[in-house]
Amino acid sequence: MAQTEWIEACETDDIEEEDVIRFDHGDRTFAVYRTDKGDFYATDGYCTHERFHLSNGLVMGSTIECPKHNGRFDIPTGSAKRAPVCVDLKTYPVKVESGKVYIQI
Amino acid sequence: MNNYGMVIVGAGEAGARAAAELRSRGWTGEVTLVGDERHAPYERPPLSKQALSGEEAPAPVTILDRPRLDALGIRLVSGDAAVRIDRASHEVLLAGGGKLPYERLLLATGANPRKLTLPGDASGDMLYLRKFEDALAIRSRLAAGRRIVVIGGGFIGLETAASARAAGCEATVIEVAPRILMRGVPEAIAATVEALHRANGVDFRIGIPIDSVNREDGEYVIALADGSRVRCDAVVTGIGAVPETTLAAECGLELDNGVKADECLATSDPDIFAAGDCCSFPHPLYGKRIRLEAWRNAQDQGTHVAGNMLGDRAPDGAVPWFWSDQYDRTLQVSGLSEPSHTTVLRDLGEAGKLYFHLDGDGRLVSASAMGTAGIGKEIRLAEMLIEQRAHPSPESLADAGIRLKALLRA
Ligand SMILES: Cc1cc2nc3c(=O)[nH]c(=O)nc-3n(C[C@H](O)[C@H](O)[C@H](O)COP(=O)(O)OP(=O)(O)OC[C@H]3O[C@@H](n4cnc5c(N)ncnc54)[C@H](O)[C@@H]3O)c2cc1C
Ligand code: FES
Repeated sequence: MAQTEWIEACETDDIEEEDVIRFDHGDRTFAVYRTDKGDFYATDGYCTHERFHLSNGLVMGSTIECPKHNGRFDIPTGSAKRAPVCVDLKTYPVKVESGKVYIQI
Repeated sequence: MNNYGMVIVGAGEAGARAAAELRSRGWTGEVTLVGDERHAPYERPPLSKQALSGEEAPAPVTILDRPRLDALGIRLVSGDAAVRIDRASHEVLLAGGGKLPYERLLLATGANPRKLTLPGDASGDMLYLRKFEDALAIRSRLAAGRRIVVIGGGFIGLETAASARAAGCEATVIEVAPRILMRGVPEAIAATVEALHRANGVDFRIGIPIDSVNREDGEYVIALADGSRVRCDAVVTGIGAVPETTLAAECGLELDNGVKADECLATSDPDIFAAGDCCSFPHPLYGKRIRLEAWRNAQDQGTHVAGNMLGDRAPDGAVPWFWSDQYDRTLQVSGLSEPSHTTVLRDLGEAGKLYFHLDGDGRLVSASAMGTAGIGKEIRLAEMLIEQRAHPSPESLADAGIRLKALLRA
């Protein structure tokens, strides 16, 4: 296992409630979410169906819907919820400290 | 029910989704998918996009590959066509001589390109795009420096022109109608699309009828009614599609702009269903019979009809949705609009422009947008509003400061 580290992704205010933003780090890209309950999560940026960025998708409760073909994932677990997606999304631990969102990658 | 199994004719988008859904819903009897193409079910949208312009030699993007079909216990009969339906004995006859008894039958036969016949000796040389092999044939003509003419300024024609430009060809689009994208998108979006193509070097001849197409000295010469001539190395025609109804007509099923289906996608024979591009159906949101040629509709209807084949009788009524890729921009349309509808613009700045279409009663019936991938979110929200039969105020729709999500909750 490669070493993991906590990376500052954004400020909590950068993401509206029930929304998602894109976060790029090095050559990797992530989607960082804030659910309707105000919780923060992070997943790989691209949909597992085709290479389409989920930050363009719609957050509904704790579900993200990919805008390309409307596949859905459960945000906290990354599990694939609706065709055409069938491969789960990788998730990353998130912590919030003094108004900043960190993800462990 | 007896033990005859489910038979699906047409191994495309709708057929493949229906087969998989029959299994998801627990049907344990036989499922047979009959397709006259030699491939496992594959996606058509990439044919006018990556398959033409990608650097690598294209391969079909499969919907259900053979291992997956095997795992689901779906029998694929490929490279064989259904040639007759015997409704009395519940059997489908195959060109190869086989017979498939069915409990319930699904027609998912799709559509074929509308053929154009023009005066001149080269009308028969024009290329069309529907199948994987068609894409290979077109791709083989797209070498740098070649001149490509596309007849028809619809989505497939425009995507083909963009792919031709990407391959370094000269591209000219000839559209007989007064503007491109007459069907499906409002004029403002069509104008943006046209400008984008022009900026990428596509030439347009719009609103001019075509007199003839001939072959002269190894090139094609298209004569236009204004006296001008367009010379090129290949002609690709994309002027719409005709639903494939041969089987249905021959066995006496009712037709109406395709195989006529009811709101549950059953045909005039209750044991035969239809889904996708081949059928028309009454849409509850629009109060009229429509036929769609759209990827998501084929997918939705394929999934939906599986339940009804198993006895559900659930009406279908998903909001129509269509997307097209134009260079680095995307275009999406949700719902159906008519020229008489009121249009409201929401300017999304860098992300693009979003148009809402309200009917005479102020009900949101459609939304269309062109811009970056980010417009997908907005169109999806608009779709939810359309589904709710919402009557949002034009002011709130026009104000980009008001989140569409807020209108939804209200
Ligand atoms: C080039 C291209 C680009 C497109 N791009 C987009 C896009 O960007 N966005 C979008 O929303 N939509 C797009 N579409 C539309 C979308 O692909 C179609 O709406 C969808 O494929 C329809 O699915 P279907 O299952 O109804 O028909 P099809 O996918 O056409 O499948 C029907 C199948 O049935 C077979 N068949 C017919 N008759 C018989 C018979 N008697 N026996 C056996 N087999 C038979 C056919 O050969 C075919 O394989 C595009 C279509 C094309 C052609
Ligand atoms: S790319 Fe996400 S659902 Fe297809």
